[in-house]
Amino acid sequence: MATTNKSDIKQRTYNGAEILVEAMIRQGVEVVFAYPGGASMPLHQALIKNADKIRTVLPRHEQGGGFAAQGYARSTGKVGVCMTTSGPGATNLVTSLADAKMDSVPIIGITGQVPRGVIGTDAFQETPIVEVCRAITKHHYLITDLKDVPRIVKEAFYIASTGRPGPVLIDFPKDVQLQVQAEEPDYDPPMNLPGYHPERRKVQPEQIRQVIAAIRRSRRPILYVGGGCVSADAADELRRFVERTGIPVALTLRGLGAFPGDHEYSLDMLGMHGTVYANYAINEADLLLALGVRFDDRVTGKLTEFAKHGKIVHVDIDPSEIHKNKEAHIPIVASVRDVLRELNAALTDDDIPQLDEWHREIAEWKKQYPMEVKTSEDWIYPQDAIHELWRQTKGRDDVYITTGVGQHQMWVAQHYKFARPRRFMSSSGLGTMGFGLPAAVGVQVAHPEALVVDVDGDGSLLMNIQELATVHCEKLPVKILLLNNQHLGMVVQWEDRFMDGRRAHTYLGPIDRPEAQGKGDGTFDETYPDFVQIAAGFNVPARHVRKRSEFTDALTEMLESDGPFLLDVVCPYQEHVLPMIPSGATVRDIILE
Amino acid sequence: MRHVLSALVMNQPGVLAHISGMLASRAFNIDSLAVGETENPEFSRITFVVTGDDRVLDQVRKQLEKIITVVKVLDFSNQEYVERDLMLIKVRAEGQKRSEVRELVEIFRGKIVDVGTGHVMVEISGTEDKIEAFIELMRPFGIIELVRTGRIALLRSPHGVAEAAEEFQPAEVVEASSAGG
Repeated sequence: MATTNKSDIKQRTYNGAEILVEAMIRQGVEVVFAYPGGASMPLHQALIKNADKIRTVLPRHEQGGGFAAQGYARSTGKVGVCMTTSGPGATNLVTSLADAKMDSVPIIGITGQVPRGVIGTDAFQETPIVEVCRAITKHHYLITDLKDVPRIVKEAFYIASTGRPGPVLIDFPKDVQLQVQAEEPDYDPPMNLPGYHPERRKVQPEQIRQVIAAIRRSRRPILYVGGGCVSADAADELRRFVERTGIPVALTLRGLGAFPGDHEYSLDMLGMHGTVYANYAINEADLLLALGVRFDDRVTGKLTEFAKHGKIVHVDIDPSEIHKNKEAHIPIVASVRDVLRELNAALTDDDIPQLDEWHREIAEWKKQYPMEVKTSEDWIYPQDAIHELWRQTKGRDDVYITTGVGQHQMWVAQHYKFARPRRFMSSSGLGTMGFGLPAAVGVQVAHPEALVVDVDGDGSLLMNIQELATVHCEKLPVKILLLNNQHLGMVVQWEDRFMDGRRAHTYLGPIDRPEAQGKGDGTFDETYPDFVQIAAGFNVPARHVRKRSEFTDALTEMLESDGPFLLDVVCPYQEHVLPMIPSGATVRDIILE
Repeated sequence: MRHVLSALVMNQPGVLAHISGMLASRAFNIDSLAVGETENPEFSRITFVVTGDDRVLDQVRKQLEKIITVVKVLDFSNQEYVERDLMLIKVRAEGQKRSEVRELVEIFRGKIVDVGTGHVMVEISGTEDKIEAFIELMRPFGIIELVRTGRIALLRSPHGVAEAAEEFQPAEVVEASSAGG
C-alpha cells in the first residue's frame, strides 16, 4: 500500500550541527536562546529542522540571549542554553558567562567559530573565544573532531549542572558543523573526565557529630545561607532544620527565597544592605552555620571582624571556598541538602539548644530597628512601590521577580518577602546592569503561565532595552516595573555619602539640565528618555505614573493585563538604600539614616 | 615558604594556558615550572615551585584542582621526595681553561656535550643548590648562555600521585588556629 519515498531509501546522514542539536535534545533541552550569524548558520538550520522538539527564541542581542538562558536556568534549576555566531557574537556573550560563573548558574554557551583551516589567521569574525573565556567559565571546549560532538555535549551538561554549577562554553568551527558522517552517532558515549569527581564530595558521619555537638553547646547560633542552598534544592530540608532547632536564618542576596521571608525565624538579608537585626545577630553569634555561601565582601565587610565571636561551620560543595576568605572550624565539602538531611536525621531532642534568651534579644533588635517602608501622599517612594508589588502578589506561588542592578535591586531584596527559592533572579556576584529584562524573557519562556515582573531602574533597563522586541515578538507577557529616578541611584548614593555629593556623570538626562550639576530639586517635569514612547515603538503597552494616588491602580492594571506591560514610575532620586555598612567596615559603622 | 607542587593533568591543548592564567589572575607567582608527558600519553605532569604561606598554598592547590583538566595536585612540601633541575650551560673555555672546566664538570658529575674551538657546553643535573653552585664556579670563565628545565620532582613512595592523593582525606576536620573556637 505505502509507496516508498526516495528519501527513505537513501541513507540518512548527519552533519555536525545536527548531531549537536540532537545531542542537546537528548539532554532534555526544550529551548535555546540563539542569535544567528555566518558561523552558526548550520546550527540554526539544524534547529529549524527540529522546531517541533526544541524552541528557538531569538533575542535582540547576544548578551540578552545569555541572560535569558540564565533566567531559564535560575528559575528551573535546569541547564539554560544560548547560542551565538563567532567573533562579535561570541564576545557579546562574555558578560553573560562571567555573570553565570560568579552566581554559579548552569548555562551552556555555544559559539560558532570560523572553519578550522583559518583559525589563527585573523579571519573575518574570528576571536579566540576559548582563550577569552577561560577564567570566566567552569569549563570550555573547542570542537576539533566531528566524532567528539556527542561526548562533549554530554560532558558539558554534566559539568554545568553538577558540583558547583557554572557556565560551559562550546566553540564549534563551521566546517565541523557542516562535516557529514554516515553512521548513526553514539549519543551516550563514555565521558573522559578523570579530573572531575563531584560525586565524591560527601559529608562524613564524624562531621555531622561535630556539628550537632556545636549546636547542642550553642546559645546564640545563626544560619548564614546562600545560593548553594538554592542550587542544591535544599529549601525544604532547611525549613525542617530551622523549625526543629529554632536557629534564626540570615540570607544572602543569592539565598533569598531559600527560607520564607515572612517566617518568624527569618532575619531577612544580611550584609552591606542587610537588616540591622541580621547583622547584629551575626556579630553576636557564638555559632555560625554557613551553608552554601562564600563569605563575599558585600556580606562580611571587614573580614577579621565578621562573626568573630563564633565558631564557624562552613558547608560548600566547592572545596576551594573552604578557608578562602574566612577560616572555618568545621569545614564540610558536600551538598547543603545532604548535610541538612543528615543533620535532620541525626538530631535528637537533647541536641536542641535553649534559645529563648537569644530569640528575645533578636526580637528586641527587630523592634528597635525594623525595616520601614517610607510612604508619601504625593511621591511614589521606590521602597513603597516594591512593598505594594509584594502586597498585590503575596500568597501567589507563580510570581517570579527579576531585577537590574543598583538601588532598586537592593530594595527588592529588602522589601519583597520571597516565600520560595528560584523566584528571585538577580545578578548578584558580578552585578551586571541590564540583567533584568532579558532574564525575565528566559523566566517567562520557562514558565509561560506565570507572572514574571522585571523590577528595573532606568539606567539598567536602557542597557538591554532591545529585548522589548523579544518580549513582543515571542509573545511573552513580561511585566516591567520601572523605578525611574533619572539617575544611577546607587552611584549617586555613594557620591552623597563618600564624595561630598559631587555628581560625576550619574544623571541620565541631558547635560544642560541642572540635575547634571547636582542642582535640581528632583521634580522632573519630563523624564528622559520617554520610556512609554519607546515601549510603543516596540508594541508593548505602557503607562507613566508620578503620583502615589494613581500608583496602586496602575500596578493592578499592569499585573492583570494579559500581555507585556511597562509601568514607568517616577521616583525621587534622593532616596538612599539603608541600612548600609560601608565597604570594608564593620557592623559598628552601620548607617541608619 | 617554598612549596613543590606536582599536578597530573590531561594532555590537551590549552591546559597549561589555563593553569598559568589562573595563577596569574590570582597573583600567585611561579618560581619554576616544568611540563612533560607521563608514562601514559593521555596525561602530562606539571611540577611547580611556588612561594607562599600554607594558607596561600592551600588556595593554589584547590584552585588548580578546580580546573576540570587537572586530575590531581599534591603538595610535596611535608613529604619525602626527590627533586632535580637539568641545565645546559655554554662556557668560554680556551686552551688551558678547558681542562679546568672539565675538572669541575667531573666533580659535579656533569657531562660535556658539545665542544667548540673556544667554548664547551655542559649538561648538569641535580638539586637547585648544586646547579647554583656550579653556575657560580663557571662565572669566572665567562658564561655565554644557559638554560634550565625548572624543577621536576617525584615522591619517594611505591605509589603515584593519583593514588597518593586518594589517601588524603579531602574533607578533613581541622581545628582552625584563628578565632576562639
